[in-house]
Amino acid sequence: MTMKLPVYLDHAATTPCDPRVVEAMLPYFTEEYGNPGSRNHRFGWASEDAVDKARASVAALLGASEKEIIFTSGATESNNLAIKGAAMMYEKNPAGQTGRGHIITAVHEHKAVLDPVKRLMREGFDATFLEPGPDGIITADMVKNAMREDTILVTLMWANNEIGTINEIPEIGALCKSRDVIFHTDATQWVGKMPTDVERDSIDLLSLSAHKMYGPKGVGALYVRRRKPRVRLVPLQEGGGQERGFRSGTLNVTGIVGLGKAAELCMAEMDSERDRLLKLRLKMERELTAAIDVSQVNGHAEKRLPHMTNISFGFVEGEGLMMAVKNVACSSGSACTSASLEPSYVLKSLGIGDDLAHSSLRLSMGRWTTEEQVDYTIAEVKKAVTKLREMSPLYDMHLEGIDVSKIQWASH
Amino acid sequence: MAYSEKVVDHYENPRNVGNFGKTSEVKDRKDIGVGVVGAPECGDVMQLQIKVNPETGKIEDAKFKTFGCGSAIASSSLATEWLKGKTLDEGMAIRNTEIVQELSLPPVKIHCSVLAEDAIKAAIHDYQEKNGIHTEEHAHHH
Repeated sequence: MTMKLPVYLDHAATTPCDPRVVEAMLPYFTEEYGNPGSRNHRFGWASEDAVDKARASVAALLGASEKEIIFTSGATESNNLAIKGAAMMYEKNPAGQTGRGHIITAVHEHKAVLDPVKRLMREGFDATFLEPGPDGIITADMVKNAMREDTILVTLMWANNEIGTINEIPEIGALCKSRDVIFHTDATQWVGKMPTDVERDSIDLLSLSAHKMYGPKGVGALYVRRRKPRVRLVPLQEGGGQERGFRSGTLNVTGIVGLGKAAELCMAEMDSERDRLLKLRLKMERELTAAIDVSQVNGHAEKRLPHMTNISFGFVEGEGLMMAVKNVACSSGSACTSASLEPSYVLKSLGIGDDLAHSSLRLSMGRWTTEEQVDYTIAEVKKAVTKLREMSPLYDMHLEGIDVSKIQWASH
Repeated sequence: MAYSEKVVDHYENPRNVGNFGKTSEVKDRKDIGVGVVGAPECGDVMQLQIKVNPETGKIEDAKFKTFGCGSAIASSSLATEWLKGKTLDEGMAIRNTEIVQELSLPPVKIHCSVLAEDAIKAAIHDYQEKNGIHTEEHAHHH
């Protein structure tokens, strides 16, 4: 069997759509094209039934009830709706210039959480950005210490998108519940891969995206708790009152059907996938760090998602490295992959030096990743690091016993 | 963003990788000029060494080592190619915009070419200083 190249190891960016998902979606483009809002003919009913079925599948994946699922265009919209909608609903000083309420988040959240929080700060809310330790994890104690009298919202991701570290979500959920503070989690990287129970873990709001779990792009959901407490939100998009008024606009029926099918498949395959991918990840980490000196796996040793890893290889630059392993599609925290010259703020928040942050690779596996592909990747990365180190003046200095981090580099 | 063919070529077959000796060894060699520019925190460090024939005043050979992205490696590889056979003045005249043009670098990679120009100037300047050659002020800032 010949392996198809390039190998795709960027599932944390997006996953391929499962063919079973596509198959489930197809009839809703050309046959069952009704608007679920059309209550008076069979076209509308058929679409509504399909949406209801998808809603039940997504709810089941989260341990929620169907009425608690709001379909959106993706996790970015879900995060915006959860954060801005909750802040405006629960504010202490409505429409004031200051003192509208306190929000707790973390410095290494996704931009789709950070930017809505920053906007709220400009509009009179306060915010605390928690800083993780070197393991990348936000603990319940950190949240507890940041809580204030006027804290109205805590928003923390379940698992980090760059390093896969897992925050203490159940403990933070319990803490927020005991303090009557609304708790939102961006679970984009978590849901569909790890067991989720919003009841057990006291989560009030949860964002997810279909395209990170083998569904289509452009659709996602926000879980909004309906009981104990009944969470209310100020809608951001108004109009026809769809989705219980939380999100107006004709439903994206094909996308929602795809998300529902994707949720169903994840539910069925999650346990075996988790074990399989964890074995592959451990192999990759073990073999790469054993073969390459001055390399490190970033983030907590165990509390990480099973399917992804973030490794820094000293003295080689991430984008150069990706170019050298051109038959493995992955990503890097190097500055060169972004428009700015700053390396990953996530890696920097762990106290990883800028030089090692520039030298990182994120490898994320998925449903069709094989051991053969992983073995190929290990071999390619080893080869590439060796090649680039032969070209690296920093590696020479390291071999000569010069501590590169102690050199006074001219500002550039 | 796809890389241009020339960047890929220089990256995959870099010209003149290496050096004329360790940092400590080349420090006292009067025929060698060394330029090290950039910083690991910025994601690019270029080390350029030139070997000058004192009789002709021409750059006989040039070697580089670069920590950086594909465009940074290609820019330094190209710089070594261009330097060979040039006089110091001709080397000094190489502009980053020529590197940008030759490699079809996109705007986000222009800093790689700037770094290569800086490395050329630093290496030539080092040679001139070692040999007591006084020239016009080469100080530059960016």
